[in-house]
Amino acid sequence: MSTTEHEFDLESKRLSIRKPDIRYDKQGDASDEERVTAAMENFSKDFGRTTATYLESCIHCGVCAEVCQYYVQTGDPKYTPIWKLEPFKQAYKRESSPFRWLFKTFNLKKPVTAEQLEEWQHLLYDSCTVCGRCSLICPMGIDIASLVSMARHGMFKAGLIPHELHAVAERAEKDGSPLGVTPEVFEDRLDWMEDEHEVDISIDLEQADVLAVMSSIEIQKYPDSMAATAKILNAVGESWTFRTDGFEATNFGLLSGNLDWQRDISMRIIDAAVKVGAKKLILPECGHAYMALRWMGANMYGKPLPFEVMHVTEYIADAIKAGKLELEEVDKSVTFHDPCQVSRRGGATEAPRVILDALGVDFRELPKGADYNWCCGGGGGVVTIHRADELRYKVFELKMEQVEATEADELLSSCSNCRQNFDDCQNHFEWEYKMDSLLELVADNLVEDAVVAD
Amino acid sequence: MELLDIAKATLLYSFIVMIVGSAWRLVGILLHKDKPDYSDPRQAGGLRGALKVIWTRSLGAPDFKKENFHLKTLGYSMHIGLFVAILFFQLHIDNWARFLGFGWPALPDVVIYAIGIATVVILLIMMYRRLTHPVLRLLSNFDDYMSWFVTVLPLVTGLIVPLGRGVMEDTLIAIHLFSVSLLLLWFPFGKLAHTYMIFLSRGTTGAILERRGART
Repeated sequence: MSTTEHEFDLESKRLSIRKPDIRYDKQGDASDEERVTAAMENFSKDFGRTTATYLESCIHCGVCAEVCQYYVQTGDPKYTPIWKLEPFKQAYKRESSPFRWLFKTFNLKKPVTAEQLEEWQHLLYDSCTVCGRCSLICPMGIDIASLVSMARHGMFKAGLIPHELHAVAERAEKDGSPLGVTPEVFEDRLDWMEDEHEVDISIDLEQADVLAVMSSIEIQKYPDSMAATAKILNAVGESWTFRTDGFEATNFGLLSGNLDWQRDISMRIIDAAVKVGAKKLILPECGHAYMALRWMGANMYGKPLPFEVMHVTEYIADAIKAGKLELEEVDKSVTFHDPCQVSRRGGATEAPRVILDALGVDFRELPKGADYNWCCGGGGGVVTIHRADELRYKVFELKMEQVEATEADELLSSCSNCRQNFDDCQNHFEWEYKMDSLLELVADNLVEDAVVAD
Repeated sequence: MELLDIAKATLLYSFIVMIVGSAWRLVGILLHKDKPDYSDPRQAGGLRGALKVIWTRSLGAPDFKKENFHLKTLGYSMHIGLFVAILFFQLHIDNWARFLGFGWPALPDVVIYAIGIATVVILLIMMYRRLTHPVLRLLSNFDDYMSWFVTVLPLVTGLIVPLGRGVMEDTLIAIHLFSVSLLLLWFPFGKLAHTYMIFLSRGTTGAILERRGART
């Protein structure tokens, strides 16, 4: 949509700003003052050198809006990525910037209010998947997506996040899984898959070179992924295991903005990996799990991790390159949706392409794909927020256009969260494409009797 | 003391404010502490990433060509116009030479005036966009309008100096110098500081993303 088609009020005051609609949830019964204090204290904790640099650098050019799916699909300027950070920026300028004494003395930057935080909940949660497309266009190089994640820390402590996201995050913290997958449930599902696929699945080995983990979404909705992971690790001849004391890769602490929970959830896996003496931790097809463990895990641990962290596609690509995994040729055209946190934000863009090449498919890159890909619209916890459904479907229209342009036979990805969002949107739109798992395609096309190198 | 002398003295003090203010701002930013990053880098080359982003964001990603069109065309035209006017006008070069001890060839005055007028027009277009584009309108605050004003003012006051030649030239030059002083005084406090923040900000992101091996 052209930005000039958006209606605006020429009669209003020049410097006036249109506030976002008020749609928000509250947790707890803290007063407004207490919520603001909590938000400010936690915003401040994130005002490091990098954040300060970013928050001092915005030139208000607005170009970040042009690549944000929410702005592009609605034409509403409130979805401009940097605008989503306005209270965070305001707090920084007033409390932590080099000229804070000027801003405070002359009240040039007003204190952040509870009403503001309530209003911005929609912008920081419902309408940002932290996909980082905006970060790639910012002429000042501001990593806007990282700032949104930080602003969520203060929002969580203020008790101002969407209920559904809070509920699943709390469940993940208390029960070990956002979808209620207990160790017993996990073991049952593994047993079922072991029988169903006639594959050996290692559970709770005391020592192993590789610890594999799954996401609850896979365990509950796409259990074949567990069998696929086992088949591939077996085919490589790896010493590997799943552990019932550290299997959940999703991290709703990260998505909701609760750093303590993020740490707890990451530490379950890290502790399990350390316990088995793993050399490698293989993360499942889950985008944010990759960000949580590959790039943030060591920081939760407080020191470098004593093992390598890999997305399952990176592991497979390495195995193919090393001649440890041989695949059958697949005769069809496919396109691939890059999960934002794995590719654009995580740097593992090449791996799926190595795999697709090994499968010999007719690979059709999405227009503006790979690192510039449109997010599916379900990341960053957005898929859990029911009130955001309408907006989520709206932005998914971009995805449909992008996929349809390839005219590929099959749509693949390597993120179960994307997959569940695609499935939901496919139902909603009665869309012809169904997303499949790259991992499962690999597992279905293993050359069973391949000679394993070394 | 003549008005022109006052203007020259003001310019000097404004320059000092710009330098001290900018140093204060930069040191204030750099004194913030980042938490250590213990993640295992995919590749070394933080500096390479920083330099890469400093360069590539000037060009913009080919995939975002359409989205970047207005920003790049207006932004480049305006900045080039400003630099040419500041650096290639004979009288400016004479002043730079007094300060630096060496000069360089100038462009003909008529070319400079044409570029100066074009730059003012571009700045007016940019302000029109800021006032009418819904996103820019929403984002804009006092800093945006002030920064625009102190940028356009020296251009306008510089362009009218020849109109008073032989009559009130000194007065018009003094006014021009006052307008430059205003720009220097505002420089460290608002977004004009992007002149140096651009390197810090792009460099920071470049270093972070390069160690991840992610798209810069």
